[in-house]
Amino acid sequence: MSTPLPEQRTSIPVPGALERFAHSWKSAALTLVIGILLLAGLPYALDDFALVQATVYAVMALLAVSLGFVWGFGGILCFGQSAFFGLGAYTYAIAVTNLGDSTVPLLLSIVLPAAFAAVLGYLIFYGRLSDVYMGVITLTVTLILFNVVNSTAGPEWKIGHAPLGGFNGIPNIAPLNMPGNVDDVIGPRGMFELTVGALLVVYLLLRALLAVKLGRVIVACKENEQRVALLGYDSRAYKLFAFVLAAGIAGLAGCLFANWGAFTSPTIFGLAQSAQIIIWVIVGGLGTLVGPIVGSIAIQWLTTQIGTQQAINSNLVLGAILVVFVLMVPKGIVPSVGQLGVRLLKALRRGGRGSLAASNETAVQRAHSAAPAAEPGASRSAPDSSRKEAA
Amino acid sequence: MLEVNGLCAGYGSIPVLYDISLALGSGESLGILGHNGMGKTTLLRTLIGALPSSAGSIRFNGEDITRAAPHTRARRGIAYVPQGREIFPTLSAYDNLRLGLVKTGRKPEHALEALLDDFPRLKPLLERPGGSLSGGEQQLLALARALAGDPVLLLLDEPTEGIQPSIIEEIAETLATLRDSKGLTIVLVEQNLDFIAAVSQRVLVIRRGQIGDEIPREHLGDLEIVSQYTGVHA
Amino acid sequence: MTTPLLETRDLNVRFGGVHATRDVNFTLAEAELRCVIGPNGAGKSTFFKLLTGQVHPTSGQILFRGKDIAGMQPHEPARLGIGIKTQVPSLFNGLSVWENVWLAARRINTPTQTERITREVLERVGMSAYREALVGLLAHGQRQWVELAVVIAADPPLILLDEPAAGMSDAEVARTAELILEINRRHALVVVEHDMSFIRKIAKTVTVLHQGAVIREGTPERIMSDPLVQQIYLGKKPH
Repeated sequence: MSTPLPEQRTSIPVPGALERFAHSWKSAALTLVIGILLLAGLPYALDDFALVQATVYAVMALLAVSLGFVWGFGGILCFGQSAFFGLGAYTYAIAVTNLGDSTVPLLLSIVLPAAFAAVLGYLIFYGRLSDVYMGVITLTVTLILFNVVNSTAGPEWKIGHAPLGGFNGIPNIAPLNMPGNVDDVIGPRGMFELTVGALLVVYLLLRALLAVKLGRVIVACKENEQRVALLGYDSRAYKLFAFVLAAGIAGLAGCLFANWGAFTSPTIFGLAQSAQIIIWVIVGGLGTLVGPIVGSIAIQWLTTQIGTQQAINSNLVLGAILVVFVLMVPKGIVPSVGQLGVRLLKALRRGGRGSLAASNETAVQRAHSAAPAAEPGASRSAPDSSRKEAA
Repeated sequence: MLEVNGLCAGYGSIPVLYDISLALGSGESLGILGHNGMGKTTLLRTLIGALPSSAGSIRFNGEDITRAAPHTRARRGIAYVPQGREIFPTLSAYDNLRLGLVKTGRKPEHALEALLDDFPRLKPLLERPGGSLSGGEQQLLALARALAGDPVLLLLDEPTEGIQPSIIEEIAETLATLRDSKGLTIVLVEQNLDFIAAVSQRVLVIRRGQIGDEIPREHLGDLEIVSQYTGVHA
Repeated sequence: MTTPLLETRDLNVRFGGVHATRDVNFTLAEAELRCVIGPNGAGKSTFFKLLTGQVHPTSGQILFRGKDIAGMQPHEPARLGIGIKTQVPSLFNGLSVWENVWLAARRINTPTQTERITREVLERVGMSAYREALVGLLAHGQRQWVELAVVIAADPPLILLDEPAAGMSDAEVARTAELILEINRRHALVVVEHDMSFIRKIAKTVTVLHQGAVIREGTPERIMSDPLVQQIYLGKKPH
């Protein structure tokens, strides 16, 4: 290359320390370690009642992660994640009542919602419907499911041996058993370990997915679908995949939920449930996987606390929290706490000398030392050739 | 009319402009030349208030506007034509122009007639949605829209980008006429040397976020000399 | 006679009452470099969109290596070997420079090859120092470089460049011209531009579009001295 390069800029806009950490394997490792500690430690620290409570928190966290993934990374705002959640719960309940052994029902509770999502997603993505339609259609689906299942109260409504129960729901759902041995059923502690374990496995799976081509293209579809297509990737297929995967995860959460309460009812398809998942993700941090986990647990815990007193309606508080977060903490809990942590670390490192000028200085110094290394090849080119080009 | 002192600005923790100082009298036309990433767009965005400054001051007609919001600066008479045009795609070209007129409170029929005489190429395009115009047509529309508001200071970020050579000549003529007849003050960021020479009286260089030397007019036609000013790895 | 790389036959597109492309017959050989010029609104970008599948023609054929690609989904012409740098840079603004190029290369290369290709392409366009930079925060001209890198990384036989010199200083424009000539050794290019000195540096043949139709085709010298072209496009000053 004979034409010399013009001077490079001094400061290069790189992502901050928090972003770099979040995208590296280190954050996944940290989350995994914390998760394993909780998995191993909580059964000893908590009594049975608290452990059961912790289990439902983990189930909802799993549901939140499914939306956090498809929305925060896939750019798909699905208003009906509860539809897949409910389908998972109902599929498990009906299948285990009919089949006895829980292994196939567990698998079906993942596969059926995923298949349903595949059909719905095909219509939306391959029909190139806009994002608004995604929201409207998924919301409508969840309302339809609610109304349909709600009206199946009569004894004539059943699949195999399992009555659908209508607004009464399906009680006495048989719990998961060791594959092959119908009598060896799971207990509260086993339920806790299974749920938290599933949450950790799903988290790692998604992190791994986001580190390879498939996951990167999904994220790219959210960034700029036009450019993705111009690079030769069929964005419709990638979005469909993300949508179906999230539905499967939500279905698994549904199955675990049905096991936790040994009961499922049509409210699982309700608007309130759908809205709650969205609030958990926003409050926890859209664009992260840990955020939805933290958000769902924080809000559920808060709702439980408020529910014990009669003075304020818990829905009112939930709404107020959402408004506060959207206005003042738009990034959500996890990214905001992360930023605070990074600033704290920086301040500690400077030993309290934290002035803006000092931080600007270091940024410029770093850039100046980086700049000369930029294009060593160009700087060695002969000055004569540049004259020729200019003439 | 415009006084900038010690201006610093950047994106988050990334500093871009360092200690920028310049002064412009009414009716003066200043050109700013510089390579990519040197801070040209950042400077204009800070002047219009789209980007907050971290230090320094901006005075416009004696008033300190350093902390003023962009719409306040627009009402004071500063118009900005950004790189990338920023046309409202779903509004017709005519409505885009009307929006430029809003802050003056004038009626569109009279005001826009005069404007369209300066931009006859826009006349057949008026009913078309802004987004359907070609890149170059949008550039003309953005410029016309900014002028519709009857500004006293015009900030232009690479207005010739994507425009065919014959129209570049026309725009240069239109701006030179406005400068001379209405005393329009112009700050022009450009890469096109012919255009900057035709429209600006003074040309300054921006280099690594700082204002450098003034390029004497007689040297503007010589690419080699200009490159020495703007900075080239030897 | 070998099959041309690209051939359009009586290509037409109309939308919103505008006849944007009018009976265009355009032929390009393998590894040929062609410049397309024309007044604003002549239909240059629309022509590109027809080639990439972003816009579907009203009538006519688009043959890429003999295969009709008119009306395909937007990812299919890219898979067949057409890359484009759009007029307004279309990149992944929230991702790093490295990742933008990586995604382009990764579709057809293994992870190891992709790493190497990404590194090499970034060096070729001079953006290696910026590999970690977020594309959305880069200056306009720098984004143009990144998009150029993204297009090259996928190594397509046909590369469309819509105003590659826009927003660049003269020194940077010279470098772009050199890069284009280098790319032309193994790739065909169609370049839309307004900078006539740039076009003279790179083009052997220039096609002129006006109101959607091809009105002239020839060497840069012949085109620039053509009175019609001067009237509708070039203006009075010598170029």
